[in-house]
Amino acid sequence: MPVVMDAERISRALTRIAHEILEHNRGLANLALVGVRSRGVPIAQRIAHDILQITREEIAVGALDITLYRDDLMGASVGLAPLVRKTEIPFSIDGRTIVLVDDVLYTGRTTRAALDALTDFGRPKSIQLMVLVDRGHRELPIKADYVGKNVPTSRQESVQVHLRELDGVDEVLLQGKE
Amino acid sequence: MDLAQAPPLTALKHKHLLGIADLSPEEIVLILDTAEAMKEVGQRTIKKVPTLRGRTVINLFFEPSTRTRTSFEIAEKRLSADTLNVAIASSSVVKGETLVDTAMNLEAMAPSMIVLRHASSGACHLLSRICKAAIVNAGDGMHEHPTQALLDAFTIREHKQKLAGLKIAIVGDLLHSRVLRSNVLLLTKLGADVWVCAPATLIPPGLKQMGVTVTTRVDEAVAGADVIMMLRIQLERMQGAYFPSQREYFRTFGMTEARVARAKPDVIIMHPGPINRGVEIASEVADGASSVILDQVANGVAVRMAVLYLLAGGGDGETARAD
Repeated sequence: MPVVMDAERISRALTRIAHEILEHNRGLANLALVGVRSRGVPIAQRIAHDILQITREEIAVGALDITLYRDDLMGASVGLAPLVRKTEIPFSIDGRTIVLVDDVLYTGRTTRAALDALTDFGRPKSIQLMVLVDRGHRELPIKADYVGKNVPTSRQESVQVHLRELDGVDEVLLQGKE
Repeated sequence: MDLAQAPPLTALKHKHLLGIADLSPEEIVLILDTAEAMKEVGQRTIKKVPTLRGRTVINLFFEPSTRTRTSFEIAEKRLSADTLNVAIASSSVVKGETLVDTAMNLEAMAPSMIVLRHASSGACHLLSRICKAAIVNAGDGMHEHPTQALLDAFTIREHKQKLAGLKIAIVGDLLHSRVLRSNVLLLTKLGADVWVCAPATLIPPGLKQMGVTVTTRVDEAVAGADVIMMLRIQLERMQGAYFPSQREYFRTFGMTEARVARAKPDVIIMHPGPINRGVEIASEVADGASSVILDQVANGVAVRMAVLYLLAGGGDGETARAD
């Protein structure tokens, strides 16, 4: 299975993105990161750590579970519901600039659900999108502001992001057709 | 999110929630875990998520109920389901045929779920065999009241972080209580040490076989208890001479501060409501610092949201992994 990004590459990409976020927003005043569960959360925490290293200032980090906002739950069959986890946003998002953080951007449907979920918590000044991997094949008009790596894929392939915090190893794999 | 990173699909193995008896310990834990996420929704400014949009849930109540019905209704509304309350006075429907007829008529309007409360044990099983809709038992006769047991377990877990190994004393009308049955089934499945206590006239046969310790001495039941769960003396069912007087019942079995003092210092006091002050529980205990009675009511909404979501919110495995 080809490794698209290894630990070092992931780490460098996140540090670069931390700088981009600071440059784009001219500092971190009124800025907060919200990770989409599950792998968006550790990615958001790592960017927060990088931002702390650069600016010596803490940035607020939240965790968003989008399960209850998915558009694919209306399927007819019974009993197969994805596990719902807790959303934890311990700060007001009203008037803030929120950087939404996810691991992979694909059809855009997760991002759509995340936008709906986030706006139920208040009215942010603006929402930006950061993803570790953009693999294309969008089904909705959604574009990332910060991208770790663009990975051209076919729909038959799958992209797997493994993170130390959840999987014990940092790597992005491209899995081919089976 | 990509294919392999989708949240693990975890599911109930049942289309209906008829009783705790059908659930495995893993399914119970899944419901409780899901309820934790649902509780967070209830703490938001906008307490509503679009999950069950376009689904119709009928609350069919053949017995009077305020707490359970409002709790289900709020849970349904927080999940954006369309809700409809059909309340039928208990006197007007007694025959099984009428229940079936009513259900068939409602069924013709294609609801996703029917939440049923009925005075006859087994009414939910009957409907589950004839309806396409998922049936949620909101209390059937003296059989089960599963969502009450689930919210009780949720409340205990919230305060004690576990259920296994806890000493749980259940005191009150054991004979007429569907809450007792569901609670005993659930708590023993999750490994709690359950003690039940009542006057001998209010102890149904066969309780011991359910894996609990039965006693008529309330001091013994509450000694060192982590949880004291009171059951309502169902005054409306007390035509028989189960005990001499309410005052005597209170003196012998009522939960007073002196009795609570025999339990662990961090004991929690529970009651499914409505409470009879001065009959099964003293006001100082019901309103005291150890009481979690109102937590139970609040948690009821989260637990019912979890049940509704898990029964009806499921997509199929493939589309749920699409993004």
